[in-house]
Amino acid sequence: MQPESDTTFSFAISTSIKLGRPSIRKIFTSQDNGNVTSYRTKVARNPTLERLQYNYLFPEISARELEHIKKYPNAKVISLGIGDTTEPLPDVVASSMANYAHSLSTRTGYRGYGAEQGSKELRKAIAETFYKDMGIKDTEVFVSDGAQCDISRLQLLFGSKMSIAVQDPIFPAYIDSSVIIGQAGDVEKESGSYKNIQYMKCEPENSFFPDLSKTGRTDVIFFCSPNNPTGHAASRQQLEQVVRFAQENGSIIVYDSAYAVYISDESPRSIYEIPGAEKVAIEVSSFSKIAGFTGVRLGWTVVPKELLYSNGFPVINDFNRIVCTCFNGASRIAQAGGLASLSKEGFKAVISLIDYYKENAEILLETFKSMGLRVYGGVNAPYLWVHFPGSNSWDVFGEILEKTHIITVPGSGFGPAGKEFIRVTAFGQRENILEASRRLRSFL
Amino acid sequence: MAAILFSVSRSLWNPRYERFRKSKFTTHYPARTVASSSAAFSKMSAIHQILSTSISSSASAFIGGHTNLKSATKSSNFAVAGKISGVVKCVASAAEKTAYTTKVSRNENMAKLQAGYLFPEIARRRAAHMLKYPDAKVISLGIGDTTEPIPDVITSAMSKRSFALSTFDGYSGYGAEQGEKQLRAAIASTYYGDLGIQEDDIFVSDGAKSDISRLQVLFGSNVTMAVQDPSYPAYVDSSVILGQTGQFQKDVEKFENIEYMRCTPENGFFPDLSTVRRTDIIFFCSPNNPTGYSASREQLTKLVQFAKENGSIIVYDSAYAMYVSDDSPKSIFEIPGAKEVALEVSSFSKYAGFTGVRLGWTAIPKELLYSDGFPVAKDFNRIVCTCFNGASNVAQAGGLACVSAEGIKAMHEVVGFYKENTSIIVDTFNSLGFKVYGGKNAPYVWVHFPGQSSWEVFGEILEKTHVVTTPGSGFGPAGEGFIRVSAFGHRENVLEACRRFKQLYK
Repeated sequence: MQPESDTTFSFAISTSIKLGRPSIRKIFTSQDNGNVTSYRTKVARNPTLERLQYNYLFPEISARELEHIKKYPNAKVISLGIGDTTEPLPDVVASSMANYAHSLSTRTGYRGYGAEQGSKELRKAIAETFYKDMGIKDTEVFVSDGAQCDISRLQLLFGSKMSIAVQDPIFPAYIDSSVIIGQAGDVEKESGSYKNIQYMKCEPENSFFPDLSKTGRTDVIFFCSPNNPTGHAASRQQLEQVVRFAQENGSIIVYDSAYAVYISDESPRSIYEIPGAEKVAIEVSSFSKIAGFTGVRLGWTVVPKELLYSNGFPVINDFNRIVCTCFNGASRIAQAGGLASLSKEGFKAVISLIDYYKENAEILLETFKSMGLRVYGGVNAPYLWVHFPGSNSWDVFGEILEKTHIITVPGSGFGPAGKEFIRVTAFGQRENILEASRRLRSFL
Repeated sequence: MAAILFSVSRSLWNPRYERFRKSKFTTHYPARTVASSSAAFSKMSAIHQILSTSISSSASAFIGGHTNLKSATKSSNFAVAGKISGVVKCVASAAEKTAYTTKVSRNENMAKLQAGYLFPEIARRRAAHMLKYPDAKVISLGIGDTTEPIPDVITSAMSKRSFALSTFDGYSGYGAEQGEKQLRAAIASTYYGDLGIQEDDIFVSDGAKSDISRLQVLFGSNVTMAVQDPSYPAYVDSSVILGQTGQFQKDVEKFENIEYMRCTPENGFFPDLSTVRRTDIIFFCSPNNPTGYSASREQLTKLVQFAKENGSIIVYDSAYAMYVSDDSPKSIFEIPGAKEVALEVSSFSKYAGFTGVRLGWTAIPKELLYSDGFPVAKDFNRIVCTCFNGASNVAQAGGLACVSAEGIKAMHEVVGFYKENTSIIVDTFNSLGFKVYGGKNAPYVWVHFPGQSSWEVFGEILEKTHVVTTPGSGFGPAGEGFIRVSAFGHRENVLEACRRFKQLYK
């Protein structure tokens, strides 16, 4: 959202993309726009929002893309930045949504409010498709309008007194929502790290799996695997460690498995493949990257009945209360589409889309390797994590953009450990991926 | 496998249960066990809920028609808190192993909530009643759920968009979190045409309920709030969850730290603002759910003035504005000066039957500033970008059709239909000699049963007429003695329900 010139708030984006400039900062000046009688309420701004240092990462990337397009109106800008799916929905999925929408105009087909937890059919289909033989029941599945919303609802559930640990680097919503809800404490301006958050460094040196012996106890551990942005999928052994760590510390894992369907090897696709996980973990996932539902909006969260607070109260009861009070169910039309994507025909179609993106990832992987760069990920996730040792990722981002008209995402947007990395997504139409590869090869 | 056994007597409303309140139980909470079956677990979770939440004597706590916990809680989605009569015994059997619990403390704000959210409780009561009387034709005038099909012009836009998503040219991924540009512009011009609210002041959402919680997240835990009493429960409940309130005070049925603005027949359902304490935020719903009262221009002018004097922010819920029949304002922004003190929440749910489709919006003027001059809209935008990811693109396509010329006409027809239902209900209760409120500018009829417990009246109506309504005390202490009858329903069901009311109260 671009600022209006007559607001009392100036918003300066450092638009320079020259090498060596610091990362994007926004400068707030809360001042009257010259009109001294401009009325202000007496309501104090929520102090937690003041602790956010930057805009949310992805709107920033969009803004940079728009700027660049304005600057170079004839350049064909290729977006490998925001992880946005590009391929059309399979026919069987789209037609189920269209038919459902149509049925809402009929007397027998019309439906009003749905169960806040989601349609029973869809909950069952999710449990059967993704958690078969893992003891997860449909009643433990809560359908949502996407993982980003679920993460914030989980933070509402946990409250402001919770301490959290996150991987570093990581999808920014865990940290940002933690700051907003009041868990994170003040920020250390130098590093951009928050005082109350434990950052579990994930880097090449530790093969992108954190050294848990160095991690302090927190109430909640956010763990994303396959990881956004590094692409690393934790092994069974590693996840057993995480579960053990959580058990020893009495912590709750919030496991983000949004990219599980991209796994190529035998890495676990759900935390519930690990024995005992049902007592320590919540799992969040999404149809966004499975079925191209980034705009349709559909996801789910699993809260096992066995997951208990220290006083024995089931977490699922409180989460249900949140879902019934702060939410009103995912769109029925989106749910119809979700159900179709899990049908035999639908799932087959959806897997072929996923394979398409995985092939994109292979192409990009090859490209970066051929450039002599150290590249990670791209095998179990639709993200490549490219290392530019000794660099500042915003500068590299800027340089790639300027020289090849390709949007990527600077690694430091995901946390301090991302400083020397660039994230490249594998979502895109094949010809754009191939064109991007061509341009990148000539970049260095 | 150990089990915790409870014996619960069947009769309701026995004051002896008072002995077994929260303070007694939560500190002596016996060890839990892991249930081996989901049915047993359902019972378990109900038990957990009962013991760890306050068993309130207020009518806002409730239980299904019988105290058989197993059938009252169908799944772990539970929350049967309520009036359990007689003796509740906790008997842990021998050889009990303690189930693993994490060391994570339950959010104390969640523990302040008294029972489940109101409407799932009504749904549970309805379901229990249907089990009890499988042959009865239960008519639902409880939850305000739309029943009439969505007009073709709107559903065909959604079908079209769905098909388009399967084509190269028509596919779209992530949309702007604030909503599609065209839709924002159309909402601004349709509902705020000459009121100075612009496209970029509009934030499209998946509905007012979600927006209310996102607004609470925006405001944070340090703000104080005022609500009408009675009011739509999401305002109070979300406030509790965010930590803005103190404990529930059972004697007055209010949460500490919330200012309740009484709306009763005595004050014409508009609060006496001279008795209202200053709070940071004032939730105001007009036309009102549940009373149906629509504030006049004069009254809203007073409200805006009150907010201005106190430096407060009004969260104005205008979800029923299209039901206004007289010249009551349809938007707070019709009042001069409102843009500096108010934001407005609305929804397509009750206009276009979008209760299951999920689409609404919040309008935040640029002039609305925090005490340090920072625009509220900027922070809300940050919340929307971080805690949300936009309303469903298919729903938005429907919304765009809603605010087309043809769509607006179609919505007025649907609204008109429900308004006719409302008249029928109003006439019925009037003819039976009841004092009836609302029903003119909203799809809700607020019927007075002086001196009676609204949950008891609810129960009696349900038992004797098989019609589900909503007990007024579910909306706040000033709702006690009232029943809310919603006017959403097929015409024949509304007529049949009215026949049954006439039968019962003749």
